[in-house]
Amino acid sequence: MDDQVLIPSEQFELILDRLAHQLIEHHDFAVTDLVGLQPRGSRLAERLQNRLTVLTGTPVRCGKLDVTFFRDDIRTHEKPLTPNVNDMGFTVEGRGVVLVDDVLFTGRTIRAGLDALLAHGRPSSVALAVLIDRRFSRELPIEPNYIGQHVDSIGAQHVKVCWKEEHGFDSVILLNAKPS
Amino acid sequence: MTDFKQLSQPSLLGIRGLTRGDIDLIHATAKEFKDVLNRPIKKVPSLRDFTVANLFFEDSTRTRLSFELAEKRLSADVVNFSAAGSSVKKGETLVDTVNNILAMKVDMVVMRHPHPGAHHFLASKVKVPIVNAGDGTHEHPTQALLDTFSLREALGHDLNGKNIAIVGDIKHSRVALSNILALKLLGANVRVCGPQTLIPKHMDSLGVEVSHDLDDTIRWADALNMLRIQLERQGDGGSVRFFPTLREYTMRFGLTMERLTQADRDVVVMHPGPINRGVEITSEVADCHQAIILDQVEHGVAVRMAVLYMLSQHRPD
Repeated sequence: MDDQVLIPSEQFELILDRLAHQLIEHHDFAVTDLVGLQPRGSRLAERLQNRLTVLTGTPVRCGKLDVTFFRDDIRTHEKPLTPNVNDMGFTVEGRGVVLVDDVLFTGRTIRAGLDALLAHGRPSSVALAVLIDRRFSRELPIEPNYIGQHVDSIGAQHVKVCWKEEHGFDSVILLNAKPS
Repeated sequence: MTDFKQLSQPSLLGIRGLTRGDIDLIHATAKEFKDVLNRPIKKVPSLRDFTVANLFFEDSTRTRLSFELAEKRLSADVVNFSAAGSSVKKGETLVDTVNNILAMKVDMVVMRHPHPGAHHFLASKVKVPIVNAGDGTHEHPTQALLDTFSLREALGHDLNGKNIAIVGDIKHSRVALSNILALKLLGANVRVCGPQTLIPKHMDSLGVEVSHDLDDTIRWADALNMLRIQLERQGDGGSVRFFPTLREYTMRFGLTMERLTQADRDVVVMHPGPINRGVEITSEVADCHQAIILDQVEHGVAVRMAVLYMLSQHRPD
């Protein structure tokens, strides 16, 4: 079976617009910050930040959070884990936080993200926004509040999100095997 | 070949044996740990399932403290051992001592030992990662890694072509050898400067320049690493043996503000500590804006965290 395009470029834009509007509906971004999980969640967070800044007319804060040191599979993961840049630049003490990631799969990255976030203060509330929710593959009781699209896939498949900044185009592709 | 990043060695026995890629990987990881150390909560759970033994067969204050803090910031369990008051005094061998400690399910050993090569010997006898925290006058790799990290922070990431001078007691210094090896790997020009009696023969085989003129060296250098005169290693109960008097040493090789301002640029001043104020460096210089001595101490914890973190997840090739 060939790889399958789940979200083409034009639909990608529509989904980001929808997510931004949903976020505005439920959060006051004067007291709420976006926090993208490194490396790919940060890209989605930046895109949402740009949209929210235009929609609200005021700057929205956006941090990049690296969860590597907080993961539960250091030393059991197939490869040694090297960290990404952590660029928060603000504390989240008493603030609302929307954690942002590209693909929600087992939930373990988000678990590590919640832990990592606490090193930057105690937020008043945390919500989760993801572009893709791979349902039926959760290993922890973690559910997103805002979802770009659900994808039902088997464990051996891999969901790849392509970004204009990195790949030259936006899209989401379902790969039948994990890229090497 | 592996398709992931890891250190080329399972233990850190010295800078000799490391690659440029190893140093870059440790420094990149240390940069993220430096960020961790500046957060309200300065701790990560990465080594929560790990026990580290700090074995100090030789005195140490800051290195031991720095390692212990690094381990605790990584959430490792820590056991400390010093030769004074231990079974070593009863005639136990190094391998027996370490094997006894490992039998208590310790996952990594950080060791300082007075005998050069003790870590290489031990690494051939035990299966856990070993970190060299100083072996006699041979190597002190984590000091070199933190010194080069501090230099990169001060002079920019690319040390290629930068002029770095190491001044003072080169002969008795493990810091000097490790620094020379690390700086050469990073492409820097290295000069050692000190009295003839404190510079070992054949330094040129390491690809470094030798100078006995501090003033000329200051004009040449982008950074000066001032080493302590190690009276305790000169024999005869700590008396001066390799130069006439300490006063004469200070007159020729002591760094003063007057000397430092000869340079037409801001020369970075480093010192691995402990400082003998008024001997190799004056208080005025040690506390001036060009001195990054306390930055070195801060970076020591981050660099040691990076070393422990990377070694803890080393995979066999």
